[in-house]
Amino acid sequence: MTDTSTETLSVVVEREFPHAPEKIWRALTQPHLIEEWLMKTDFAPVVGHRFDMRAEWGAVGCEVLEIEPQRALAYSWVAHGLDSVVTWTLTPTTGGTRLRMEQTGFRRDQRQAYGGAKAGWPRFLDKLEDVLAGLD
Amino acid sequence: MANPQDALFKSLADPTRRAIFEHLCRDGEQTVAALTAAAGVSQPAVSKHLGVLRRAGLVTDRHEGRQTHYSAQIKALAPLADWTSAMTGFWESRFDDLDDLLKRMDQ
Repeated sequence: MTDTSTETLSVVVEREFPHAPEKIWRALTQPHLIEEWLMKTDFAPVVGHRFDMRAEWGAVGCEVLEIEPQRALAYSWVAHGLDSVVTWTLTPTTGGTRLRMEQTGFRRDQRQAYGGAKAGWPRFLDKLEDVLAGLD
Repeated sequence: MANPQDALFKSLADPTRRAIFEHLCRDGEQTVAALTAAAGVSQPAVSKHLGVLRRAGLVTDRHEGRQTHYSAQIKALAPLADWTSAMTGFWESRFDDLDDLLKRMDQ
C-alpha cells in the first residue's frame, strides 16, 4: 500500500488497425500527418528534441524521450500544470497492428486534475461538435 | 480553483487513507478500532484520515453507543470515474481521427 507506482493516474487507449506498423509509424511521426489527427506540431523523431503540440486552446510542451522505429515512441506531455508522459506501442498482429497509447503522470491533486481536464475537455467537446455537425 | 474533484483527488492521494477506503469498500462498515487494527498506524492517525475521507464525502459515520462505525460511499467516486473517462475520451477521439487518416493514406 506504499507502492509509489499507484501514486499517479494513467489513461490507456488501445485499438487494432488494419494497417502495417510502418504506415502507422509515419502517422505518429510526420508533422504534417500528426496535425491531421492530433495537433499542429514541430515534432522530429530525434531523442531529446523539444517540440509543441498546438491547438486553439493552447499548447502542450513535449520532448522526445524514446524512439524505436515502428515499435515504440515516448514523449513528455506538459500543459497547464500537468506533467505527463505519452507512450505509444505498436504490436504487429495477423490483421495489422495493435496500437496502445498510455499517458502516465496524472497526479491526484488539484493542479494536475484541473490541467488535465482543461487540456482534454475542449478537444473532446470539439470532436463531439464535429460529430454532431456531421449528423445532418 | 473551485474544482469539485480536488477534495476527492487529495484524499485518495495518501496511500494509508486509500487503504482505509479500500478496506471499507471491500469489507463493509467497520469500527475505528477494527480499521486501526488493519491500518498499521495509531488510532488518532486513523481518526484523522477518516475525517479527511468524511469531508470529501467518501465515508459516512454512524454513532452507536461509544463506538463510531464508518462505511464507504462508493458513489462519491463518480467524479473520479468521470475525469478518467474524459481523459480517455480525448485519446479515443484522436484514435478516431488517426483511423480516418490511415484510410486516406491508402488512396
